[in-house]
Amino acid sequence: MTLPLLTTHNLTKTYPGVRALDGVDFDLMAGEVHVLFGENGAGKSTLISMLAGANTPSEGKIYLDHHEVAFDSVARAKAHGVYTVFQEFSLIPTLTVAENMFLGQEPRMGILIDHADMRRRAQEIFDELGFPISPTAQVSTLSRAQQQMLEISKAFHGDLKVLILDEPTASLTEREVDHLFHFIDRQKAKGVGIIYISHRMQEFKRIADRITVLRDGAKIGTVEMAGTDEAALVEMMTGRQIADIYPTIATTPGDVVLEVADLATLGIAPSSLRLRRGEVLGVAGLVGCGKSRFFRAMMGLGPRRSGTVHLNGHDITGLPTREIIRAGLYYLSPDRKHEGLDLAKTSDENLALNVVTSGAPVKRGWIDWRNVRDTVAGIATRVELPEDYRARRVSQLSGGNQQKVLFGKAFGQEADVYIFDEPTVGVDMGTRAALYLKIKALAEAGKAVIVISSDLPEAINLSHRILVFANGHVSAELPRAEASEDTVLNYFFTESEPVQ
Amino acid sequence: MSDATAAAQVTPRANPIKTLFIRVGVLPFFLGIALVVFSFMSDKFLTGQNLMNVARQSVYLVLVSLGQMLVLVSGGFDLSVGTAIALTSVASALSMTWAAGVFDSVFLIIATGILAGGCVALIVGLINGVGVAYFEVSPFIMTLGVSSVGAGLALFMTGGIPISGLPIAFGDTFGFGKWFGVPVPVFIAVICIVVMWLMMSRTTLGTRIYAVGGNIKAAHLSAIDTKKTLVLAYVLCSLIAALTGVLLTARVESGEANLGGTMALESIAACVIAGVSLRGGIGRVQNVVLGAFFIVMVQNGMNIARVSSYMQMVLLGSLLILAVIFDQMRYRMIMRGA
Repeated sequence: MTLPLLTTHNLTKTYPGVRALDGVDFDLMAGEVHVLFGENGAGKSTLISMLAGANTPSEGKIYLDHHEVAFDSVARAKAHGVYTVFQEFSLIPTLTVAENMFLGQEPRMGILIDHADMRRRAQEIFDELGFPISPTAQVSTLSRAQQQMLEISKAFHGDLKVLILDEPTASLTEREVDHLFHFIDRQKAKGVGIIYISHRMQEFKRIADRITVLRDGAKIGTVEMAGTDEAALVEMMTGRQIADIYPTIATTPGDVVLEVADLATLGIAPSSLRLRRGEVLGVAGLVGCGKSRFFRAMMGLGPRRSGTVHLNGHDITGLPTREIIRAGLYYLSPDRKHEGLDLAKTSDENLALNVVTSGAPVKRGWIDWRNVRDTVAGIATRVELPEDYRARRVSQLSGGNQQKVLFGKAFGQEADVYIFDEPTVGVDMGTRAALYLKIKALAEAGKAVIVISSDLPEAINLSHRILVFANGHVSAELPRAEASEDTVLNYFFTESEPVQ
Repeated sequence: MSDATAAAQVTPRANPIKTLFIRVGVLPFFLGIALVVFSFMSDKFLTGQNLMNVARQSVYLVLVSLGQMLVLVSGGFDLSVGTAIALTSVASALSMTWAAGVFDSVFLIIATGILAGGCVALIVGLINGVGVAYFEVSPFIMTLGVSSVGAGLALFMTGGIPISGLPIAFGDTFGFGKWFGVPVPVFIAVICIVVMWLMMSRTTLGTRIYAVGGNIKAAHLSAIDTKKTLVLAYVLCSLIAALTGVLLTARVESGEANLGGTMALESIAACVIAGVSLRGGIGRVQNVVLGAFFIVMVQNGMNIARVSSYMQMVLLGSLLILAVIFDQMRYRMIMRGA
């Protein structure tokens, strides 16, 4: 047996309060396609970010060709022949396709860039890959799929040893996927090792040699593709002990509080939805399937193409976000750093903002700060934010405590419907359990709750009803009793035309 | 997560100088250095009479800096405050000379002038605010453009010649008068400081401005009308500049298109030195008052020490850059958790 091309030993990455990757041993053979499989947040991205040089390990070692390597930058990794195609593109929209491909390593004649040679070489690569892109086009004029193709094409020049592809087919058509797989086969034949991240199990069958499953930052196991079936993989991916962190939420549905009729937005087909008091609706789907966009459009945070939204019988369609919030629909952003919190302020100051804007402690135009302080103290207790952290700046708190502050902001004002968009992203288990109890308390107090989550067990186990999004459509609506992870996962991959 | 590791990370280091720096910024250090240096350079500097003098001279910059602070806290900045002063001066002087031929009452003539100045500033502030908030022009370009437009208009209206013939009572009251034994400009500035302090700390408008500058998306999701808040910040800034314009016009007893030329730079310097963050969201009224006082004190000290006015410009610019460098250091310390 040959020795592996790339190996990791005990690779670990910790962030304050979170162990994103926990002692992973991984190996990649030359001429192999090795798939990384796992849920969002399982550690796949963390692992490849360290192999790509975008991130440095907290512990552990990486070996390439049996020599220890330390990739402190993406450029260093590239110089060793390790090339990564990230999900986020690193293209410069104002330059041409060819200029982007050869950025930093332009072919030159003397001190001048040889544009003709650059275009010719770019064209050769596109011809070989079968990608219909013109080397002279400006990148900003390309479609998303073409930009994806360009990102992939950038890997195919220079001395390539390891190619890392992070969900490369997410925006490609069947034909383009065929071209890509054809090319991957040829790279395999040349002895390139390929690490491939995808959620699409149909793809594994076609190209994978081995599969490594990650869960909660740890490696669950590595299996040969031959002789492994989908069911076994899904079990490896999701098989955690879930009973202890998800509370049982009593079902006593009351009156209809939210009614959405034929709401459509960019990339989302018209969809409808009714929600009763006391009900928790789980919304599941892959990242990018449009589940979040649909609800953001409802909140006035994205364009609305058609449809109506009624809250407590009042038409709130098309109102500005602040009036929708005042009407009683609260939205918790999935991005606490950019949309949720003011990082330079303390926890208390962040909590106080929503208390003040709710208008409750304002008398004749003056803020009654004593009243605000009391309310904030109550909220901090309610979300179990440790006393010591209340006067700390939010930037210094762990992800879990930041998320508690974000939850606390939701309690600064009264609402009838709470939309929690990815409520536990980057949050440790203990805090997750605490936050789930807050959701339970809200529902049992007669509020309606919507939990949008890319974490499938979370979306299923908290809810009374599940809505599944795929490709911009609602692909299923299931009562809790019928929603096993396997059933719901099937609806993730429903083939349908993407909505424009 | 482990509470022990998190607690270890946020344990404050007990360095009093660092703590003071993080709390209030670079101002106390600058103020201390200036006091020591100028007392050595001239024994006339640290006298009660000279410091009173500084206080009187600093009124105008204090006022403009208060307005500038609103805009800085909201996450932008206003380069057109000087122009707002010049336009106010010209507009109020022109309308007073016009009103002198219409009304007999001096009170009505002065009121017309002040009203005209206020209206012009209101328009300047609205244009700035609407451009920044609704058309999403960067504050730099928006206020720089308005600054040029306004300066051009002011010069065009006057032909570059000061407008004289203002009511004598105007200069006597707002330029040199006293109310309750306090010079009128000082009296007005104190009222403005108190009002501004109350507004920023006790009203929802103040809270909204802090929130918009701190994280505009989070503010939007906290049911705040971010666009209206931004417009209000620019309008209030312009109106305070207009008030300064009226006071300065009374002081020089004529309408001049070149009043307030250095105010934009000086007011931004005063705010930044006083710990107002250029990223928005952070800044205190009382510190800004001290910051403006500091700038005027440095100018006064240099005058006494006979430093040429050209070299004073060099020093002021350097101070501004230094203050920004310290602001960056402070911000990093805040975010890292010191």
